[in-house]
Amino acid sequence: MKIGIVVFPGTNRERDMVIAFERVTGVTPTIIWHRETALPQLDMVVLPGGFSYGDYLRCGAMAAHSPIMHEIRAFAEKGGYIMGVCNGFQILTESGLLPGALLPNASLRFLSRDCHLRIERNDTAYTRGWKQGDVFRTATAHGDGNYFCDAENLKRLEGEGQVVFRYSSPEGEINPLNPEYNPNGSINAIAGIIDKTGRICGMMPHPEDMVDPLMGSEDGKPLFQGIMETLTR
Amino acid sequence: MSKPQLIVNEELGKEFGLSKDEYAKVLTIMGRTPSLTELGIFSVMWSEHCSYKSSRAWLRNLPTKAPWVIHGPGENAGVVDIGQGLAAIFKMESHNHPSFIEPYQGAATGVGGILRDVFTMGARPVANLNALRFGSPDHPATRHIVDGVVRGIGGYGNCVGVPTVGGEVNFHESYNGNPLVNAMNVGVARQDRIFLSAAAGIGNPVIYVGSKTGRDGIHGATMASAEFDEDAASKRPTVQVGDPFVEKLLIEACLELMATDAIVAIQDMGAAGLTSSAVEMAGKGGVGIELNLDHVPQREEQMTAYEMMLSESQERMLMVLRPDRTELAKEIFEKWELDFAIIGHLTDTGHIVIKHHDKTEADIPLEPLADEAPLYHRPTAPSPKPEPLGALDVNVSIEQSLIKLLGCADLASRSWIWDQYDSTIGGQTVYRPGQADAAIIRVDGTQIGLALTTDCTPRYCAADAYQGGAQAVAEAWRNITATGAKPLAVTDNLNFGNPEKPEVMGQIVAAIEGMKDACNALDFPVVSGNVSLYNETRDANGENVSVLPTPAIGALGVIDDVSKTIGNAFKADYDIVLIGATKGELGQTLWLREILGKETGNPPQIDLQAERRNGDFVRENIANGLIEACHDLSDGGLLVAAAEMAMAGNVGCTLDVPESGIRPEAYWFGEDQARYLVMTADKDALIKAAKAQNIPARDIGCTGGDSLVMPSGTITTIARMKTASKSFFEKLMKV
Repeated sequence: MKIGIVVFPGTNRERDMVIAFERVTGVTPTIIWHRETALPQLDMVVLPGGFSYGDYLRCGAMAAHSPIMHEIRAFAEKGGYIMGVCNGFQILTESGLLPGALLPNASLRFLSRDCHLRIERNDTAYTRGWKQGDVFRTATAHGDGNYFCDAENLKRLEGEGQVVFRYSSPEGEINPLNPEYNPNGSINAIAGIIDKTGRICGMMPHPEDMVDPLMGSEDGKPLFQGIMETLTR
Repeated sequence: MSKPQLIVNEELGKEFGLSKDEYAKVLTIMGRTPSLTELGIFSVMWSEHCSYKSSRAWLRNLPTKAPWVIHGPGENAGVVDIGQGLAAIFKMESHNHPSFIEPYQGAATGVGGILRDVFTMGARPVANLNALRFGSPDHPATRHIVDGVVRGIGGYGNCVGVPTVGGEVNFHESYNGNPLVNAMNVGVARQDRIFLSAAAGIGNPVIYVGSKTGRDGIHGATMASAEFDEDAASKRPTVQVGDPFVEKLLIEACLELMATDAIVAIQDMGAAGLTSSAVEMAGKGGVGIELNLDHVPQREEQMTAYEMMLSESQERMLMVLRPDRTELAKEIFEKWELDFAIIGHLTDTGHIVIKHHDKTEADIPLEPLADEAPLYHRPTAPSPKPEPLGALDVNVSIEQSLIKLLGCADLASRSWIWDQYDSTIGGQTVYRPGQADAAIIRVDGTQIGLALTTDCTPRYCAADAYQGGAQAVAEAWRNITATGAKPLAVTDNLNFGNPEKPEVMGQIVAAIEGMKDACNALDFPVVSGNVSLYNETRDANGENVSVLPTPAIGALGVIDDVSKTIGNAFKADYDIVLIGATKGELGQTLWLREILGKETGNPPQIDLQAERRNGDFVRENIANGLIEACHDLSDGGLLVAAAEMAMAGNVGCTLDVPESGIRPEAYWFGEDQARYLVMTADKDALIKAAKAQNIPARDIGCTGGDSLVMPSGTITTIARMKTASKSFFEKLMKV
């Protein structure tokens, strides 16, 4: 399994992602600078969290036009796997690789708190480590994580099972109107989605910060185990 | 457009903050009337903020050495040995005046400035903390200032990707017109790759990197050295504007360059910008420096030499490089899309020479600029003794008092604040805010843990500055001890009023004296710090109001195996033991203030021997596993500590009857020092071990259930306590 983590100016959670892959899968990812114009041989590209270009203009908007993104599109067309977390998710929606947009949190404040996610389907590379309906605890750290899309896209996402992670109560109850259980106000409490091919996934919370009991939880481990099972051949 | 010509004379010197005598000294050193740029340089270098002219004589008394101290005060930040060839580098610094004028940017640039002090020494920043003091919750400006400061700290820290893991907040009317924003940063470096600021190598190039220079922050250091008047808001243009995105690039570029052998010396451009960095680097190295301002990257047109030398534009660094590595350095900074300019070189003249448009704008001998900086032994006067404690007419039950205390400004849950700070980035945060008495982070790639805290109890300092100074140090030491880590060293941030007033100077001297005694008794040297004076504002009635004396202490401890640290949350079916003696001191307690509305009596007395003995005992018994959760007793005393441990763990407790001979309020809410509430599975062994060392230890109850059960049988649910605790910020911020 070969993983590449793309670093833009202002990316700041690349180290967390490296630690998580190393700890859970034993694989050390390659760091790729955004000005590269060719990707090495990879199975998966990860766009980690941070404030690419300072979140100026709009979160992820400038990174979506970075030189490396041309290669990442080509990688997607060739069947490569792409995971975007937090700012990475924002870059994926800004570049059109995933539908919708991440608006400012409903509270209009940055939110750094643990939340619970419910697994909506477990037949994807990203969720096969869980059972459908499982709930896991993870950290959030974002100012713009309020997922939104138009009615047509929402219908398609829900209808075709493209919603993979949803904010929930610790018991798995979904209530989009309760800020305790849907902390940023996302439509239908959507926390993470997948594209039609099942290979491109974006999510706001940070399972990569939840892979070590010393840091309070190993709840994020199944994500990396699932990726490993899918990509190890 | 031509600017009005300023005439350099004593009058202008006064406007720049130089006294008559100081201006005369400038004339003697220069042997002529200085140019405007020269006068500007003297005025900022001799400002209180840069020269510590009122406090320097006293700060010298603080202990600064220990076998584990690598660099004490005098460098950009303090450096201590944390084992395995690694060093922790840390410092705390105030950004009080800017935060009142423009809360968001004032607080944000406070975080940016302290980060630069740490990474300029070669460390990767790993944690932010802060100590905040706001005005009364009832004051109309408080909500706005809290909102701006919290957003500013989060906005900067979250973006640069350094977790904000701890801090403290107080509210008091003395801060109505003068909030205190003290930011602390901690970094980690290899001991053999620590970078200092002393310039060396005649002819070596002087390099400017980072953001461009603008007209922002001119005379910021001078502003920070004067009282506020009612038109403080007109000083908004002197507040700098931060760009955390550029700071992040600057961190990465500097650390990349620091992995090579290119850097001879490096310093950030903080207060007094290019002036202080150039003067200090050359001064420390005993060399001269010549700068050509034509090469300084500028973001505004037609800036004068005076403006460029005094600008406090953010995210800039000055470096001296090996000449043969200049190209390599340039490539790194270009990769990170940052400005890189050779703006001068080192000379053997011992002077700082500033050239601009082929004209010499300044030529000052460095030695007298530093050595003849003013040093004052200002007169002191003892503070008035606090009013006696007085009669205590109590008609509020213990349970009602507890609920009221848990919801009061100084004790209420701070989660509204810390939820806005990214505390997990980096993947090394073992205990987040509220989970342990000190924040615990692991050093990446090792099992080493760092324990970090900030502490001060200003109301104690106001009642007795000596006791308050000692208490701040002792509480920081206690908070680190309560996690199981070994306290190593202190950074201090002394916030006081106008030192030209003898009673304020008396507070400064007494607080430093208290700190000194505590640091000595606890082997807890001061390795860095900052002094912020003139924290006074004229109120609506024309009265000058000084802040409560606030010597904030930031502290760092270490533990070889971070998995051995403990938090402060109850688990079910354990026993609770109180370590330390309880006399029932009620003077200056939160109970007295919140329940009886009085701020009277002597603050709790510090017994440094007992602190040392009790703390060492607690640490030993955390290490051997006998103590599994621990909380030091401070604001609110025993019952508040028990309630906090219950809320942290969502596990209640049942408490036994108080000691005889102490009135119940004094037992439950007294703030006697040197005490810890500990959770143990073997109380007999723990109490026996304590008795063997003559340490007071008392079985006071057990954990379990979902409520706090008093000896009388009254029950307070955790849910009710949490509601009370959360209500304060919800109401203040109208969430």
